[in-house]
Amino acid sequence: MSAYKRLSIRQKQIVWAWLFLAIPTLFYGLIRFYPTGTAFVISFQDWNLLGERTWTGLSNYQKLWNDPVFWKVFRNTFAYLIIGTPVSLVISFVIAYHLDKTRFMHGFLRMLYFLPFMTSAVAMAWVWRWFYQPVPIGLFNNFLASAGIPQIAFLNSTTNALPAVLAPAVWAGLGFQVIIFMAGLRAIPGSYYEAAKIDGVGWWTVLTRITLPLLKPTIVFIVVFSSIGFLRIFDHVFNMTTNNPGGPLNATKPLVLMIYETAFSSFDMGYAAAQTVVLFLILLLVSLLQLWILKGDNS
Amino acid sequence: MSRYMKRMALSGLTALATLFGSSAMAVEIEYWQYFFDARVDAMEQLIEKFEEANPDITVKMTHFPYADYRTKVAAAIPAGEGPDVVQLFYGWLNDYIEAGLIQPLPQDAFDPAVIDAEFFPMVQAMKRDGSYYALPTAVRSLALFYNTRLFDEAGIENPPATLDELVETAKKLAKVDGAGNLTQVGITTGMTAQDHHWWREVLVRQFGGDPYSDDYKTVNYTGDAGLDALNFYVGLEKDHKVTQSGFMDEPQAAFKGGRAGMHIDGSFRIGSLNKVRGLKWGVAELPAGPDGTKSNYSSYWVNGITTKAEGEKYDAAVKFLQYLTSDEAMQLWLDVVGELPAKPSVGLIEENASDPTFGPFIKGLEYANTTKFANESAQRQAMVDMVARIDIEGQDPAESLAAAAAEEQKVLDEYYKK
Repeated sequence: MSAYKRLSIRQKQIVWAWLFLAIPTLFYGLIRFYPTGTAFVISFQDWNLLGERTWTGLSNYQKLWNDPVFWKVFRNTFAYLIIGTPVSLVISFVIAYHLDKTRFMHGFLRMLYFLPFMTSAVAMAWVWRWFYQPVPIGLFNNFLASAGIPQIAFLNSTTNALPAVLAPAVWAGLGFQVIIFMAGLRAIPGSYYEAAKIDGVGWWTVLTRITLPLLKPTIVFIVVFSSIGFLRIFDHVFNMTTNNPGGPLNATKPLVLMIYETAFSSFDMGYAAAQTVVLFLILLLVSLLQLWILKGDNS
Repeated sequence: MSRYMKRMALSGLTALATLFGSSAMAVEIEYWQYFFDARVDAMEQLIEKFEEANPDITVKMTHFPYADYRTKVAAAIPAGEGPDVVQLFYGWLNDYIEAGLIQPLPQDAFDPAVIDAEFFPMVQAMKRDGSYYALPTAVRSLALFYNTRLFDEAGIENPPATLDELVETAKKLAKVDGAGNLTQVGITTGMTAQDHHWWREVLVRQFGGDPYSDDYKTVNYTGDAGLDALNFYVGLEKDHKVTQSGFMDEPQAAFKGGRAGMHIDGSFRIGSLNKVRGLKWGVAELPAGPDGTKSNYSSYWVNGITTKAEGEKYDAAVKFLQYLTSDEAMQLWLDVVGELPAKPSVGLIEENASDPTFGPFIKGLEYANTTKFANESAQRQAMVDMVARIDIEGQDPAESLAAAAAEEQKVLDEYYKK
């Protein structure tokens, strides 16, 4: 106690700051960093959840490198990212841009767009799964068949399945992105637009020279946020393909689903942990890259 | 501070001692299983009867969602916690033995020779080096479900008894719309459901093969029998056009929806089919092969004694397991859960064997095989992909079969090399 009394006020403040910070630090250390660290350790081990853990060195990573399913899954994961992010970005911007100009039933429309974001992904995935079924139950194919058009194999196809699974995921995230875009649009000072109007500039120039450049921070945020989301896509895929998870022929399997299956149906925890480490590195890389772009913009 | 801690620890010890002291007379053992309504209900009734007969033993049942089950068991037993008697899937036996979670059943109470003679033959998969490690109360097998209303409508009198009849019957049941899209299938197909068992243990054998050699460690279906079986299976969709994989999403959904004439499934489906209003269905034995060969696939959950059980708890656990594998327990399990008795002495009594619903399943047990899976989901995936490559990518069946065999062999090698 006496040691504390001898401290200066500034030092006392530091002690207290550390004391308060200790709680979240401990909490994070315990529930975030400790398991993360354990995952790194397990990735160098062989463990089936039941027996002893044995050290296997880099063999899990070697297996991963030589696993054709992993590379297929790797490509799928980036396909979700590369298709999903730009598509959702463009659609949500177009909606936000026009919604921002609409006064009639503005609140109601905004609510309609936001609703899917609040809906449970599981329920949504199952409804879309039903939409995609072949005749006689699927909504889309029944419609096609009644118009005399041949059926489309949405989910039972190696080429159509990934976009079919991605569509509801994009739709579900749209509401959130629209709201963020609208906030970004509102934050642009009206004086720029007034000045442009006085100068008699066309809408295209206004869009490309004023709106989009000033929206850059918003766009970067949405890109970072949605790309992490697409890299970690799981619930839509899993629920739309539960009978053959990530199928057919691994056409829709993302990395997270592969990790889940390796860990909890093959009980190969070491291999699953190695996949997790790879996913972690990918996410880290993508996030750093995007933060670097964001930083370059601000300076 | 430290004195306070000491006092705390001391009082804790005293409390523990009192606890153990009071339970010294009556033994309490713990039983674990995964949560499934009917199973928990049946087990509660069994425990009640067992405790009545053995007043000095109490059994505490704990159940978990299926998803957490394995993790919890694995964490608890090595720590000296958890169950004395534990339920596990037959396919996990190797893992449980290797991890030291269960111990062999004592030879005096569970004489291997007696068990060999009394139980259905596939239960012998639970024997290692001459001792049994676990025993089932109930088993499951496959049979052919058929929609009696659709049969009447198509003027079909009896369910098919052979594979040829199966194709002919299915042709009469399938319906297409004007554009040629199937709106009702003759028989459901889908390797993701029970068909991979039907193909592996039934069709391959019926076409003259033996799906595995070397005690299920080597894939053996690459020959003509495997190819014939595969051609028959994919032919249902490709040549005869009586089915479509993924029709109405899931085979059982199509059957429940009354859009499928026939459906191969396990005895565990009976309960949920009973709940479907307006669906009239019957059960028949699986159709016999071209040369009359009958086969079936059986799977089961078993109970074993954990390595945690010692001393008087061990004795109580043995008694409890003896009760769980008694004729009385098996009959109760059949009545409550609808799973089939593991002994012919219960299963094949007149009342059960001639039961219109359970009968075909029980008859199937006499010639059933049990696949010793190394990793059931990965081995199933090989079958699913085998059919998908033919179905979606138009691959030649022989090539696809070879690829599936290689894939499955890799899974087996990886498992057994340790």
